[in-house]
Parts: sequence; C-alpha cells; structure tokens
Amino acid sequence: MPAPSLPSTFTRTRRAPGLGESVLRPDAPAKTRGEFAFSSDLWMDGMVWGATVRSPHPYARIRSMDTAPALRIAGVHAVITNDDLWGSRTYGLEHHDQPVFADGVVRFHGEPLAAVAADHPETARRAAGAVAIHYDVLDPVVDPEAAMLAPEPIHPAGNLFRHIRVRFGHPEARGEVVVEGDYEVGMQDQAFLGPESGLAVPSEDGGVELYVATQWLHVDRDQIAACLNLPREKVRLTLAGTGGAFGGREDLSMQIHACLLALVTRKPVKMVYSREESFFGHVHRHPAKLWYRHHATREGKLVNVECRMVFDGGAYTSSSTAVISNASAFAPGPYYTPNAKVDGYAVRTNNPPCGAMRGFGAVQTSFAAEAQMDKLAAALDMDPVELRLRNALKTHDKLITGQVIIGAAPVAECIGACRDLPMPEPLTADAPVMALPGGAGLTALHGDVRRGVGFAVGFKNLAFSEGFDDYSTARVRLELGPGDEPLATVHTATAEVGQGFVTLAQQIARAELGVHEVVVQAADTQVGSAGSTSASRQTMMSGGAVQMACSAVREVLLERAALDLHLAPADMVLEEGELVTKDGAASVSLADALRAGPIEATREFHHAPTEPLDENGQGNAHWSLAFAAHRAVVDVDPELGLVRVVQLATAQDIGKALNPLAVTGQIEGGIAQGVGLAVMEEIIVEKGRVKNPSFTDYLLPTALDMPPVVQIWIEQPERLAPYGAKGVGEPPTISSTGAVVAAIRQATGLPLTRVPVRPDDIALAPETATGRA
Amino acid sequence: MSFEPSDALHDPAATDIRGRRDQLAADEGPPVFEALENYKLTVNGREREVEGAWIGESLLWVLRERLGLPGSKNACEQGECGSCSVMLDGVLVASCCVLAADAVGSNVRTVEGLSPEGELTDVQRAFVEQGAVQCGFCIPGMIVAIHDLLDRRPDADELTLREAISGNLCRCTGYGRIFAAFHAVKEERARAST
Repeated sequence: MPAPSLPSTFTRTRRAPGLGESVLRPDAPAKTRGEFAFSSDLWMDGMVWGATVRSPHPYARIRSMDTAPALRIAGVHAVITNDDLWGSRTYGLEHHDQPVFADGVVRFHGEPLAAVAADHPETARRAAGAVAIHYDVLDPVVDPEAAMLAPEPIHPAGNLFRHIRVRFGHPEARGEVVVEGDYEVGMQDQAFLGPESGLAVPSEDGGVELYVATQWLHVDRDQIAACLNLPREKVRLTLAGTGGAFGGREDLSMQIHACLLALVTRKPVKMVYSREESFFGHVHRHPAKLWYRHHATREGKLVNVECRMVFDGGAYTSSSTAVISNASAFAPGPYYTPNAKVDGYAVRTNNPPCGAMRGFGAVQTSFAAEAQMDKLAAALDMDPVELRLRNALKTHDKLITGQVIIGAAPVAECIGACRDLPMPEPLTADAPVMALPGGAGLTALHGDVRRGVGFAVGFKNLAFSEGFDDYSTARVRLELGPGDEPLATVHTATAEVGQGFVTLAQQIARAELGVHEVVVQAADTQVGSAGSTSASRQTMMSGGAVQMACSAVREVLLERAALDLHLAPADMVLEEGELVTKDGAASVSLADALRAGPIEATREFHHAPTEPLDENGQGNAHWSLAFAAHRAVVDVDPELGLVRVVQLATAQDIGKALNPLAVTGQIEGGIAQGVGLAVMEEIIVEKGRVKNPSFTDYLLPTALDMPPVVQIWIEQPERLAPYGAKGVGEPPTISSTGAVVAAIRQATGLPLTRVPVRPDDIALAPETATGRA
Repeated sequence: MSFEPSDALHDPAATDIRGRRDQLAADEGPPVFEALENYKLTVNGREREVEGAWIGESLLWVLRERLGLPGSKNACEQGECGSCSVMLDGVLVASCCVLAADAVGSNVRTVEGLSPEGELTDVQRAFVEQGAVQCGFCIPGMIVAIHDLLDRRPDADELTLREAISGNLCRCTGYGRIFAAFHAVKEERARAST
C-alpha cells in the first residue's frame, strides 16, 4: 500500500551554524503556510473513519450491549467491543490496568466501550450513538480519602496506586516557629491544540502502520502490539505532525482502537477526536489536597517540613506512581531542610484518569510549599525573598530523599536575579480601561484596582528517575550528497511535539561534523527508542545520543584522513568542515574522506543510573535537577474578583542555552500554563462527571490574558549533561502559578489556598465580607 | 519513574483476527443522509466542485477533507480557538462554524491562498524569524487573523493586536514571540513605506 500523504517532519535547510545560536526551526515555514502535515491532516485512498462509543456514567455495570443497530446503518464497516479483542485487553504505562474497551464495568465518565468504522465521520458518530447499552448505574467513588478506605475497591488491583513515605533526619523535630496550612490544586488540562488523531494502515504482512501524534513511539508500539497480539516488528509507528503534548500524549488514546479497526476492516482508518472527546481521551494533571507544617528557627532556617498529600489519580494508574514520587521528593521546594516527614498518596477514584502534565507532581507541591514559605516569612516578620535565600538549596546539599546534589543547583542565584529584574510601570489613572482587570468588559475603576507582587521558586528532576534505564538512540549517517557535498542524516525516534528538537538535532550535527546539509528524518520505530518527549529530557537525552553518534562518525572520518596522510587519527582534528593535522600543515576535505563511502553510526545515550526510593523514601532516585524563580505582579478588582497578571519575571537555571530563541519560547509558553492554572484553568468534575469539556467552558489564557514575560537565565553548565545544557520545558510551569497567587494574596489580604483562584474566591470570600463590614 | 515494558503476547501463530465476523456490517440499513449535494465553492480564486456532500458538513471539513486544503486547522470545531480562521468575502470567520453549502457564491480565502507556492508573506516570514512557531497548530489561523488585522488597521498597536487575536488560542508560545513577529512586520512595512 502506498504511504499516506505525509510531508511530516522531514526537514532540510542550508541556513545557520551551530550550538548556542538562535537557529530557526526548519519546519516553521511549512507550518506558517499550512503545509505541515499534522496527525489530523492525513489522508489515504479508501480510508474510513473511526469513532468511539463512550460511557455517560462515571461508574456503572454494563448489563447489555447491542451493536446491531449500529451495524445496520449503511456506510458502517465494523463495530468492535471488548468481546472482539484477540490480544491483551488492557494497557497502561506502568500497570496494564486500563481496558481497551470496558469489560463489564465502566469506571470513569467517557470510558471507551466500543469503536466504529464508517465511510463518513458523521455516519461513524451516529453509529456510535446507535450502539444500545444498558447500565446498572453505581454510586461513583469520587473522594480520594474515602476511596482509600472503601471496603470494595473500584478495581481488583485496589484503590491505592502508591504511598510514598519519606522519613529524613529526625521527622519529629520541632522548630521555634511553626506554620501550617491546607491547600488544594484543581484538575488542569494539557489542552494541546492538535486533537488526538492518526491514521492506521493495515500492511501486507498482517501487521499495521500507524501514523500518529505521540510523545513516545516505542512505548506506544509495545502496548499496541500486545493488544493486537502481533510481534512488535509488525507494528510500525511513524510520528505524524504533533500539535503540542505537555504530557497528555504519554498515554494511549485512539492508537489501539484505530489499529484494531484497520485490521478488522482491512482498510486505512483515520480517527480524529473532537475537542469534547479530547477532554475524555487523555489524562489530566492530578487534582491534589495537601497539608503542610513548616518548622523553622527564629533566624528563619528551616528545621522540619511535614506534609501529607493526596493525589486523585482517577480510574486507572497511568503514571500516578511516578507523579506521587516526584511530588513527595520535592515537597519542601528547593530549600534545604535537615528533617522531613512526608506521606504522599496517589489514589484510584471514579474521576477522570490523571497522569503526566508539564511539571509532573512538582507543580502541586510547589504551589502549597511556596504559600507556606510566605506564611513562614510573615510569622517571622521577614522578607519572603530573604527567607528563601537563607534556605536555598545548593550543590552538595542533601534532598529529603537523602540524595546529595552533585549537579548545578544555582537556587540563590535564581532568586537574587529574579528579585532584581525590572518592575512594571505603576498603574496610573490614564491606563486604558482595557488594560485593567476585566479587560474588554470595562468593569473596573482605576481607584478600586489593587496591585500585588508575589514570589515563588520551584524545581524538579530532569529525565526519568527511580532506577529506570533512561536512554535515547540516534543514528547518524554522513555521505556525499547532491553536488558532492557532505550530507548528514539524523534518524531518531524523538517525538517533535513543538519543543524544537528538529532544530537542535541539526545544530548538533553541524557543530560536531562541520557540515551544512543536515536532514532530520521522520521519527519512527525503525530506529531504537528515544524515550519520551517529557520530563524536560530530550535536549539532554536525544541531544546526547546525536552527539555520541556524530562523534563516532567523526572518529571514522579522522581515521580515513589519517590513513590518507600516513598519520595517526590522534594527530588529526575536524575543523570547519576540514580534517586537518594538529599542526595545520595538511588537510583532507570532508568530501574527499567520504569518497570511500558513507559512514553510519548508531549510539545510545544513557544517563547515570538512579535507584528506587526505599521504604523511608530514601535513595539516589534522580539524575539532574532544574530550578527557577518567578515574580508576579497582578492587578485585582476585589469587587468582581477579577485578576489581571501585569508582569511575570523569571530567572531560570538552564545550564547552557543551545538555542536562545527556543529557550525564550519555552519559558514564555511554560509560564502561560502556570498563569492559566493560577487564575482560570480547571476541569470541573461533579460526582465524577466532567462539566466543561470545551474551550467555551475550560478557559485558556488568551493573548489578552498573558502578561509580558521578563526573563534572565542562570547559565552554570551542568557537568552531568551533554554540552552542559539542562532541559528547560517544565520549570517555567512549576512556580509561576505560586507567584501569581502570592501576588493576589498580597493585593487582597486573602489566604487563597486553592488554585485556580476563581472570581468567587476573591469577591465572595468571608474575609472580604468581614473587611467591608 | 519506572515504566515496565509491555508483556506482549508474542505468539505469531495466534495473530489471526478473531474479531466476530458478524461485527462486520453488511450495509443493509437505511442511509444516514437523506440526500447528498453537489455544489461549487470559490476558494483562493479557483472554482472547486464539491460532489456527493452531506449538507451538514462545515466549511472547515470540506476544505480539509474534500478539497485537499488542510491548512485550516481543527483544534476545537466550536468557534473558540481560531485555528480554522479563513476569510469569507473579506470577513474573518471561524470556518468550523460556517456550513460549506452556505459559502456557495462567496469568495473563500484560506492560509494556502495567502502567498504563491514556495513563498512566504511578510507575516509568515516574521513568524519564522521571531521564533513564533512551536507546535504550529494555531499558526495558520493566527497568520490569517493578523493579515486581516493589518489589512484593516495598518496602524494597530499591541493592545489592538491582543484583542484581535484573543480568539486565536496558542498553547505553546505564551504569545510573546507572536507579538514580536507582529512588531517586526509593522517595522518592516514602515521602513518600506518611507
């Protein structure tokens, strides 16, 4: 069968040199012209459309399911349910506890029950609606505390995904000053713009080709192969254009369903979720409730941090076990504490499944821990920034997991640099009303608006932790291309989801091999795993793999040149596209060295081994860490409870900027998601039902909501990582939320212990009423 | 994080499809659509035939799936995100909320019609050069909306821009580089006109 119309991420430019420069994205011109093929743009002759039947109930037994009414509709090619599966009936990232189709019971609102293939998407949707299902509706278990105690678990595997118990130093140590508080984080959505979609094509060998938007091709493939009962080599995945991810594409969505339909119908099957379905089709950020008690000396040194947190993982495990591990390990924030007592629970409920989203556990604890630091500063009558500086983690300090930090940890530098960034202009009486809280609603009066400033600091691990053998693979081929010009081809399975790895891969190949022409081949499963595009890891991991493969190619080049000149390879270096002797006396061009044939090398980059946490939450579980400080300035209209974020300033620990323009964009975009969680973004779930699965009711920051971002980078090269660069994607999201809420607290005097801060939380707060009385 | 590899059931002998064959439909029932329509649309200056279409198809869907113009995007199909923005008789619309059959007799201009093949408009070029593109899914709609703004309001300031594209959601960039691209275009046009 012919390949589908897939210009894909195959890219090629002649422009620009190497690392550390703002090289432009090779895929950007096509993206601006609408010519870049995203996963929802694929098309093949004879293809049919898939649709999913989903549960309207969060918890119910399936009494009967009749697909006949759907099958009778003209244009319907197949309807498949749990009864039709011939391979594994479940899948999952860590535990295979999520059914491909509900097996006798549905455990969350929107759980798939069947899939339909039809010749028109409207026919497929109507057929999905025609499948007759009778349920015995059950009372959903939606409170995670109750779920932990429930006598009958929702799932045979039990309701507790994982309990992390951290006991560090003297967990009962008391401080002279003690503050405590309860905090809550709502359920945030990744809201990537490109909906879940892809095209599954049956292949002649009985296997299947899947073109799909995802974060990790190989782990998708392994789960799909099990459910199709096919050997992995018969399930070939190619990355289609991916419209954002942010963690929401780490779990499978339509992949297995589309492949099953393709094998059953023997036709190419396209599936594209609507926005509403997308809200049901991927995991979300865990909602969390957290209790903290901070102990400090009168001088403001932390003595102990106690924390108990419960993360609602929803119906299936996804990556809950890893999220709660992160949340627990980073519970105090980036501060040294000699003692800690943390209990983190990730729990199964009948709420929507939760898993990976940018920040991965560190977001929830940062929001609560930073509120605690402000509370502590108030109790100590100390400047909150000064308190943070006094406790800032540094290299050689111990985390509460007992791990000694050996990489760069410029926390105090981030805090100081962020504090010193310029402040915005004060609000003046002649500011346009559009620029006040409420914006185009023109609801605010200048005199009522109150300004506040808040500060927060966050951190997390980069790449995967707890003993996982985390690696990425790269294949680099160097040969004579058209016009006898050296041409490098980089082949990885690295998912380009918007972060810019395609640019970085070219930069590395140019820098390492001295070539201009670099082709980045479409990512697929025909090369080894790259691991996931998550955990801020691809710059380090896949960047490291490309570097290693290029180095191996360069070794062969040097050997060939040395042989030509009757010298040893050690006498030669590669400089600006020439293989020259160290004394500069003789040289061989790359083209000449390549006349003997192409050179190809495949290499894996593994980061240093880590280990699982023990029963006391102790262990060298993490590799490299990244830090950022945020300062927010907000204007608040207290009467309507409306907030405008005026400015967001940040200093971020990035190791080394390999592409400054890309770093700038990552930081701005990450902050937008942090601002969103602070003041508007929440999936509202009532009794297990999602109430706002649309962009009408789930609010995202618009161009009017986003403040200017003022950023400065702390560049202390990370000795653990290739080129000294740290991943930059997640830190902007971690503590920007806390900074915004701290600023609203300062403006209003309200405690505001929950995000997102809703207008009611301000306008109708009991404290506000008391204040006015 | 510890991801276990899948416990795939790798038994090639067992890979035949055991899906119940009665689940394969026989096309015996009533059709979903009472009638199918044929009509003509004028897109990017060319007349295009639409044949055998359901009357309920949106302009966005017809552009993407029937006319081979997938540049207009399908991020929400609810008129909220702006990724499907096109010009309909010179007016910026969300093509997901326009019935294709309603566009008969109108001039439709999509992102594909902004510049000749292989060339970029000044707005497109500025987006590339200012780093305004990450995943790129919102970008075609954003480009159409900014061209529309600059056509209507060549002197638009940043607040006007923000208002104009507040119906174009971007989840990757936080809009900062998009504002930078807008300013770059304005500066370039100002230089060109002096």
